[in-house]
Amino acid sequence: MDHYLKLENLGMTFKTQKGNFCALKQVNLSISKGEFISIIGHSGCGKSTVLNIVSGLLKTSEGYVLLENREVNAPGPDRAVVFQNHSLLPWLTVYENVRLAVDKVFGSGKSRSERDEWTRHNLELVNMLHSLDKRPGEISGGMKQRVGIARALSMEPKVLLMDEPFGALDALTRAHLQDSVMEIQATLGNTVLMITHDVDEAVLLSDRIVMMTNGPAATIGEVLDVDLPRPRERLALANDPHYHRLRGAVLEFLYRKQTKKEAA
Amino acid sequence: MNTSVIAVDEYEPAADTDASTVPEPANKVSQTMEPPARKKSSGKLRGFAEKSMRAILLPGATFIIVGFIWTLIHMKISPQIPSLSDTWQAAISVLSDPFYKHGPNDLGIGWQILYSLGRVMAGFSLAAVVGIPVGFMMGMSANIQRAWQPLIQILRPVSPLAWLPIGLLLFKAANPSAIFVIFITSIWPMIINTAAGVKAIPQDYMNVAAVLRLGRLEITRKILLPATLPHVITGMRLSLNIAWMVIVAAEMLTGGVGIGFWLWDEWNNLNIPHIIVAIVLIGIVGIVLESGMSLLQSRFDYSRK
Repeated sequence: MDHYLKLENLGMTFKTQKGNFCALKQVNLSISKGEFISIIGHSGCGKSTVLNIVSGLLKTSEGYVLLENREVNAPGPDRAVVFQNHSLLPWLTVYENVRLAVDKVFGSGKSRSERDEWTRHNLELVNMLHSLDKRPGEISGGMKQRVGIARALSMEPKVLLMDEPFGALDALTRAHLQDSVMEIQATLGNTVLMITHDVDEAVLLSDRIVMMTNGPAATIGEVLDVDLPRPRERLALANDPHYHRLRGAVLEFLYRKQTKKEAA
Repeated sequence: MNTSVIAVDEYEPAADTDASTVPEPANKVSQTMEPPARKKSSGKLRGFAEKSMRAILLPGATFIIVGFIWTLIHMKISPQIPSLSDTWQAAISVLSDPFYKHGPNDLGIGWQILYSLGRVMAGFSLAAVVGIPVGFMMGMSANIQRAWQPLIQILRPVSPLAWLPIGLLLFKAANPSAIFVIFITSIWPMIINTAAGVKAIPQDYMNVAAVLRLGRLEITRKILLPATLPHVITGMRLSLNIAWMVIVAAEMLTGGVGIGFWLWDEWNNLNIPHIIVAIVLIGIVGIVLESGMSLLQSRFDYSRK
């Protein structure tokens, strides 16, 4: 296995008024190019902290993150983030939100017309060409998240980081967006690190599922290989015994081995 | 992309429960079925007629009641309060030639209002030039905030007119002193709202900026300014409202040309109908200023569009 993205001994300690709080420790993970990895765990287990450390938005207290054997410790477009709440700028149109990223990343590399074309191309990938001139306030939650994904993809990131990207959406919209993401990943071969708390989503989308123990001092409990063949079809998998075995393994980990002490 | 993906967007319910999504199914029905469509449009028409009736009749009733009480006061309590018809006559004569000029001390009411507006705009603009940058600094730096907050808290509740003697002392003239009072009036809401706006910028926007590696100048231009603009406009709107109230009082004290002193002068002449005309005109100008600012505000309100 090549170590495209490597998390080495990551640890995170927050200073609080009651003293130091150890949120994460000894997180080790190696991700190959083109892999789709999900991190799953109960809320508060520090899975978002892992993602924020990889994105560079949070400085790790211990260990380091290597991307193509180079340490990364500041945010950058090579690790584009799809935020849970889309984080589109409300005063810019759909097109301008993506164009801002394109201009910043390819400002010197591409001509004006190339950047325009690249912006449209990425919005086409997520089926949002029909609303280029709308503002985020004028489109639905699912569409906003599509634009968020287009913005992240447009940076041509080495790793695409997704922080519970579909968490705020209703079940139907979520399913359609999951299908879109699967298709895009099949086409572009992105390396993806996704945080989720949805077991079905994790099994459906991932090559491997990283299961985290409960905090404090959360770490990786188990890693599950999802060896379902691609392309995966939601309906076909519904009756696939192997899919249910994998799903059962994640549920087993979450609800037997890592039961939440108090209902969150 | 396959058809299943394209079909999505029809299913996606709008996240914000705005009204625009509701009529959509209704329109679809009306395209296929003729009778409900006609029923709906006539219902719409009736709704419109009903709404405009209410918009005219209800305020009209209020005016009639107030007019009745006014007449009652004029007839039974204080005959010095002019009658409705006298006031109406006065209004017509005052407004028939609002921009006359009979020497420097005898100008039409239009000029009086324009002079007052000019002072308001001068003080208001100066306050914007000073207050908005100060607000930005306070919003961005906790230390500047800490340094300025106590002073602002002490000065903000003070009636701006209390500053008039200081202005007269500093400028030794009425006009700049009145402008100074408007400056003081306008600056607090601008500072406070701008600072609050900068502090209210969601961390998400800054995270986007960080991932894109925007520089300090780009962050200011592309995120800080547009994100804060609605708050700045709210501050300006509040400032302008208060400034228009304060200028009337300030001019009563400073004299010269202006609607405030004109009103006071009419009191000295015991011309009560003119005072009532001035009160109504001041109110109307206030409404115009207010609706101008609301228009500006809705133009930059991203959340509702």
